Amino acid sequence: MSAILESADIDRALKRISHEIIERNQGLDSVVLLGIPTRGAYLASRIAQILMGLGSKVPVGTLDITMHRDDLRLRPPRPLLETLMPAGGIEGKDVVLVDDVLFSGRTIRAALDALGELGRPRTVQLAVLVDRGHRELPIRADYVGKNLPTSAKESVRVQLSEIDEIDCVEIVAAP
Amino acid sequence: MKNQLLSINDLSKDDVLSILSTAAELERITEGPTKKLPTLRGRTVVNLFFEDSTRTRISFETAAKRLSADVINFSAKGSSVSKGESLKDTAQTLQAMGADAVVIRHGSSGAAQRLSDSGWINATVINAGDGTHEHPTQALLDAFTISKRFPERKSDFSGLKVAIVGDILHSRVARSNVLLLTKLGASVTLIAPPTLLPVGVESWPVLVSYDLDEALEEFDVVMMLRIQLERMQNFYFPSEREYSRRYGLNEDRLLRMKQSGIVMHPGPMNRGLEISAASADSSRSVIVNQVGNGVSVRMAVLYLLLGGASLSEVSQ
Amino acid sequence: MTFTLTGVTLADGTTTNVVVEGQTITSVGALTAGDLIDCSGLMVLPGFVDLHTHLREPGSEDSETVLTGAKAAAKGGFTAVSAMANTSPVADTAGVVEQVFRLGKEAGLCEVFPIGAVTVGLAGEQLAELGAMADSAAQVRVFSDDGKCVSDPLVMRRALEYVKSFGGVIAQHAQDPRLTHGSQMNEGEVSSRLGLAGWPAVAEEAIIARDILLADHVKSRLHICHLTTKGGVELVRWAKSQGINVTAEVTPHHLLLTDDLVESYDPVYKVNPPLRTDADVQALRIGLADGTIDIVATDHAPHPTEDKECEWSAAAFGMIGLETAFGVIVKTMIETGAMSWPRLIEVMSTNPAKIGGYSRQGGAVSAGSPANLTLVNPRSEWQVDREKMSSKSKNTPFHGTELTAKVIHTIFEGVFVVKNETLTGLKHE
Repeated sequence: MSAILESADIDRALKRISHEIIERNQGLDSVVLLGIPTRGAYLASRIAQILMGLGSKVPVGTLDITMHRDDLRLRPPRPLLETLMPAGGIEGKDVVLVDDVLFSGRTIRAALDALGELGRPRTVQLAVLVDRGHRELPIRADYVGKNLPTSAKESVRVQLSEIDEIDCVEIVAAP
Repeated sequence: MKNQLLSINDLSKDDVLSILSTAAELERITEGPTKKLPTLRGRTVVNLFFEDSTRTRISFETAAKRLSADVINFSAKGSSVSKGESLKDTAQTLQAMGADAVVIRHGSSGAAQRLSDSGWINATVINAGDGTHEHPTQALLDAFTISKRFPERKSDFSGLKVAIVGDILHSRVARSNVLLLTKLGASVTLIAPPTLLPVGVESWPVLVSYDLDEALEEFDVVMMLRIQLERMQNFYFPSEREYSRRYGLNEDRLLRMKQSGIVMHPGPMNRGLEISAASADSSRSVIVNQVGNGVSVRMAVLYLLLGGASLSEVSQ
Repeated sequence: MTFTLTGVTLADGTTTNVVVEGQTITSVGALTAGDLIDCSGLMVLPGFVDLHTHLREPGSEDSETVLTGAKAAAKGGFTAVSAMANTSPVADTAGVVEQVFRLGKEAGLCEVFPIGAVTVGLAGEQLAELGAMADSAAQVRVFSDDGKCVSDPLVMRRALEYVKSFGGVIAQHAQDPRLTHGSQMNEGEVSSRLGLAGWPAVAEEAIIARDILLADHVKSRLHICHLTTKGGVELVRWAKSQGINVTAEVTPHHLLLTDDLVESYDPVYKVNPPLRTDADVQALRIGLADGTIDIVATDHAPHPTEDKECEWSAAAFGMIGLETAFGVIVKTMIETGAMSWPRLIEVMSTNPAKIGGYSRQGGAVSAGSPANLTLVNPRSEWQVDREKMSSKSKNTPFHGTELTAKVIHTIFEGVFVVKNETLTGLKHE
């Protein structure tokens, strides 16, 4: 195991992402953040706080994608997590999905399906803390905290102090 | 969770909490613009109803369709004359149809278990009411309704006082509710004339009373059961008037209830008999909510039983 | 034919030889004659006598016939059975009982004694022609509406009085119909949970109490079929203490099985009267051992598969029992030390023969007795397999049960009808 990002690194990455969101959308008037639970939701909250510190209150929500997963039949039924629509909804908005790790892209594909059921955003953008490659679908992130080349057999472990006691991103070797 | 739902005894306390939290989440999702989820696409759910019950059947049908499952409604009128042909032959037809789940409602206690144990079908069996034995999804939606009405409790019912009033002897709703409410820690009191309490009720984990007025102020939940008038033919009670007077939830009794107390009824109601119209329509009544909650709870049950790998798939 | 059973053990534990010539035992001792048949390790008992068997013929031959029932009886070590009257047509006339009697003779595997109905069509309203049945070739002495209860007290009184003229006995199926309408299983803690309509013990006991008092009042003989409750045992015990002429029977299944088995909703456990509680089972065992209950009777009740392969409330009531009776009695009464082998002979052979008046049955294993014998291995483990049974029906609650005693040979009127657990195809002409 080796720590790739520690608390300060994560903060810096999120600050940079926050500025990039402002730049790309030419302001925050139509931006809403949707975190994918569990850790994507905490990251979305952190980004919202950073943006608040920069003077803008951006609506935040969460989007549980369990019911839209394409791999449901492979494991016993998973418990559902919370979906909370941000204030003002998503119709016509620039939705920034936030997740911790981008890997095969299937989670984001499910998130796009889930989002499609909820309304019609103007644009959908994706912010991830870590992009570890190995895409299986044509999905890419707009904002990336860190590009992390990994072998498919390794796993990336993200810990956030909201539930894990510490902030840390590490690569875990294959067993 | 077991691969069937025949009785509340098939569920651990954790299973119950899982169903209730899933139901809450599904309710939130389907309250929004999303009415349909793709989760059970490709699965076939058969409603096998040997007894008429439009409301329960529609509830299960809606739940299955909202999860994009295919639904087949099979309405069979089994009679004791045709004996086993009804259940066994029907079951084998369903197997041929490729049913993934069979929701069965039958007039004979134990019919759901017979279907499940028989080996005639591979499908998941869900008991939608078997004779006077159990009606597990009704108890689950009742618990869901209670937990929404008392949100501070979440799903911990310890200290909650529930009264179930009426024909306990013949009530599958009562049996399932006793099992579920006590599993969640509630204190349950059964109130009925002695003729409508089963011999053996002393062994149930409940209090028993013949007097509806005795402790009415203490109950957080008063659940009224439907009384069938045919019971008068077999001398269970002398007249409608006497039953209503002694065991009906009339306006006086409604007013004596706790402020925060709620009134429930699994339906269909005999307005004016076991429950007055005013009680049924009062702000304390959650009867209408019970119906809506039924769909969310049944969606949760279908998802948790069918939405993932089946037990046999997982063990490979 | 003459043969000798060598090295066989009697109920008192002694080992001896038994010589049979024609239809009679001619010697029990050291003598041998004719073919020598090695019976070392086996016990010889008088052939079992069942006072309560449903042979289903005429009318329900899909579940059993007199012939297949007789085969099952022989396999079970029975040399006599009593065919209950609830056939179709009901055995309420000389004609039907003579038909059953003749079918039994043709089968030649055991004695078949038809039981006559008490009332016409078992309807409980009008006495059947009991005298005609008694005088018929079948010489009926036992009368029963079993399946139904003779519930009208006046009809029961008259029946008890009437049979005195030919030494008959009324065998009552005690079940008050008003208290058991729609009943499915014993009324108690289990039924309350399972949502199945209850069959309360009082419905049996109230009729027993009434009939004991009636039998005493008119000074007639009463036999109580399939006793199942603690209260019933106590009533019969009291009656005997008063010198009232009442006898009682218990089935093997009621000595072993309890109502919690119904939790599976498997109709193989559905029977009338129903399986009761453990307290009842214990009281019945004590009653059988102490003489309160006189006999074991199987209430062998065959049903076709479709009548048991369905939901509980649609299923028929009844269990087969001829081929497992001996094994279950040994398991519940001998192995537990409740009863001795001589007592087993009394309850499975001597007493039923006496109640029925079956003169060639139930005799001691001694010179001069008719050669109606069963040879058993009291220590041979086996597992009940319904597919291997000779009964046409398979509704046994004991499928898969381990038993330790079994019937090896059955000799009916000097003929080996069962040898080495197999039907020989021989019969008594």
